[in-house]
Amino acid sequence: MKNGKKIRVLAAKPGLDGHDRGIKVLAAALMHAGMEVIYTGLRQTPAQIVEAALQEDVDVIAMSILSGAHDYHFPKVMELLRERGIEDILVIGGGIIPDEDIPMLKKCGIAAIFGPGTNTEEVVRFIRQNLVPINRK
Amino acid sequence: MARENSLDQMERLFEQWNEKVRQELQRKPERKSEFINTSGISLKRLYSPLDTEDLDYEKEIGFPGEYPYTRGVQPTMYRGRFWTMRQYAGFATAEESNRRYKFLLDQGQTGLSVAFDLPTQIGYDSDHEMAIGEVGKVGVAIDSLRDMETLFDGIPLGKVSTSMTINAPAGVLLAMYLVVAEKQGVAFDKLRGTIQNDILKEYSSRGTYIYPPEPSMRIITDIFSYCAENVPLWNTISISGYHIREAGSTAVQEVAFTLANGIAYVEAAVRAGLEVDAFGPRLSFFFNAHLDFLEEIAKYRAARRLWAKIMKERFGAKNPRSMMIRFHTQTAGCTLTAQQPKNNIVRVAFQALAAVLGGTQSLHTNSMDEALCLPSEEAVQIALRTQQLIAYESGVTDTVDPLAGSYYIERLTKEICERAETYIEKIDEMGGAVCAIEKGFVQREIQDSAYQYQREIEKEERVVVGLNRFQVEEKKPTNLLRVDPAVRIAQIEGLGSLRSGRDGSAVDAALSRLRKAAEGNENLMPPILAAVREYATLGEICGVMREVFGEYRAASTLG
Repeated sequence: MKNGKKIRVLAAKPGLDGHDRGIKVLAAALMHAGMEVIYTGLRQTPAQIVEAALQEDVDVIAMSILSGAHDYHFPKVMELLRERGIEDILVIGGGIIPDEDIPMLKKCGIAAIFGPGTNTEEVVRFIRQNLVPINRK
Repeated sequence: MARENSLDQMERLFEQWNEKVRQELQRKPERKSEFINTSGISLKRLYSPLDTEDLDYEKEIGFPGEYPYTRGVQPTMYRGRFWTMRQYAGFATAEESNRRYKFLLDQGQTGLSVAFDLPTQIGYDSDHEMAIGEVGKVGVAIDSLRDMETLFDGIPLGKVSTSMTINAPAGVLLAMYLVVAEKQGVAFDKLRGTIQNDILKEYSSRGTYIYPPEPSMRIITDIFSYCAENVPLWNTISISGYHIREAGSTAVQEVAFTLANGIAYVEAAVRAGLEVDAFGPRLSFFFNAHLDFLEEIAKYRAARRLWAKIMKERFGAKNPRSMMIRFHTQTAGCTLTAQQPKNNIVRVAFQALAAVLGGTQSLHTNSMDEALCLPSEEAVQIALRTQQLIAYESGVTDTVDPLAGSYYIERLTKEICERAETYIEKIDEMGGAVCAIEKGFVQREIQDSAYQYQREIEKEERVVVGLNRFQVEEKKPTNLLRVDPAVRIAQIEGLGSLRSGRDGSAVDAALSRLRKAAEGNENLMPPILAAVREYATLGEICGVMREVFGEYRAASTLG
């Protein structure tokens, strides 16, 4: 995306949760849609995710948690991104996340939360539509 | 001769019928040009005696309680006793989970099934940095024997059977259970239960591994050996296809990868010098109950037939109990929808019925709200009632293996056996399940199936009621069961008082004895038990083994 290249996405599994079916299916769908995807593998700390995002110069971080630990890990990733002055990465989340948690997650900068049953094309569309304004900044 | 004649006759009649149908199809085509099940098996319009003519009843089907156990592992099955109704439960603290267990036992549940939180499953104490955000979330937090004493307080361990979903630290949690039993005055040889202890599917599908494969296999065989002598009724492993299926595999892959893992455990134990019949009878299995009702029933029957053959022919088992697959079943969590969650009650009922018609020994039925959050008490009660309805009202339990002899079921059973065997041969050629997992073969096969399944849903080739068809506007559910973040604080305080109240030098001595055992090759269970008795924490015990054995780093298998 940057310099007219393909959109680069970091697919990440923060915390100890081992459910990676969703993130892997999404990664495959994003690749199918022409994006480059780097998958962190399991058990990443927020610091490792932010570091990987910087190293890989990604446009998007897509995180998935099904263990209920999103309330700690998602905001922590956003906090670390802010600390390092990074504002041009689109961050999205998915997994088993109660609706009542979504306002808090959006408030700390997660652009969207995709729950069970989400169509992967919806995620592709969301990324394409929401990257543009960020990169124009 | 008469038989051949009647088959010829059948072939003629079948062809006549087919001809009529073909004409009819020109006017009224079928819903789809091809009907393919999740395992990629193309289904015929009609199954007939022609599809079972090559089946050898005695060799392939047989009688319940007899080799090859296609029809079930006990001669009378549910006419004797129902399966164990065992709901997987646990969250927050040991006190809170203890209350849930007592509630479930009061509701007529017949066995316990403990869910541990992720830090416990990965061998971290609640105060470890990696545990932040996870304590008590997907299960109960257990840091030491003290938590385990609370968890089973007032529950007579000589009377219930307890299944524990614990893998990498299985030896430690088993040791804690044994010491709690000891304190209740229950002898080890009276204890019934299961530890999951299946590390291979953790590498391929579930993710709660700690150590690399080699020391992990050693821990597992040490447990086999220790229990064969000291805890003879304990199921030392639950070789699990459940999570392989949840990760996205097909039914055939579920059978194939599970049994391939089973083969790897048997080989490891035999290499460690154990007799196959010394531990074979205590191997248990765990399967998924997915959506395709008849395919699932055939799957359980196929798994039984195939494992019996593997144990008898490949490993030379003599004890019939070594050849029997005794298995637990859980309905498929991945099929639950967050949309119109009450529909899940019906999904679970069909899935549970398939497990019963497939001859399961114990069953967990999912709660309708599990695509949203931890199950509420009301949802768990309906899930348990579903099992009771099948057991007491449906009538399917009154005769053994009632679907045997169905042309379709028997054909499909055979087909699943054959396809799973082909996979197992391929895994053998790669050097066995451990190598196939290290190479990423198993993971890629599962991922490809998961992706294909998702594509089918998105292209609406596969209908998910309430998700991609028959949708309604819904109010978002509220008042979901949540775990209070204060649980972590409480656990950390508990750890503090534990550490200051115990005999520190005895703990150190026990841990260094464990380290020596890990560095050498003596059985790890006695030093683990000794450390547990001194109230060494789970994190301390696993920490020593982490230092000696190292940690597993998974290779990325994307693409």
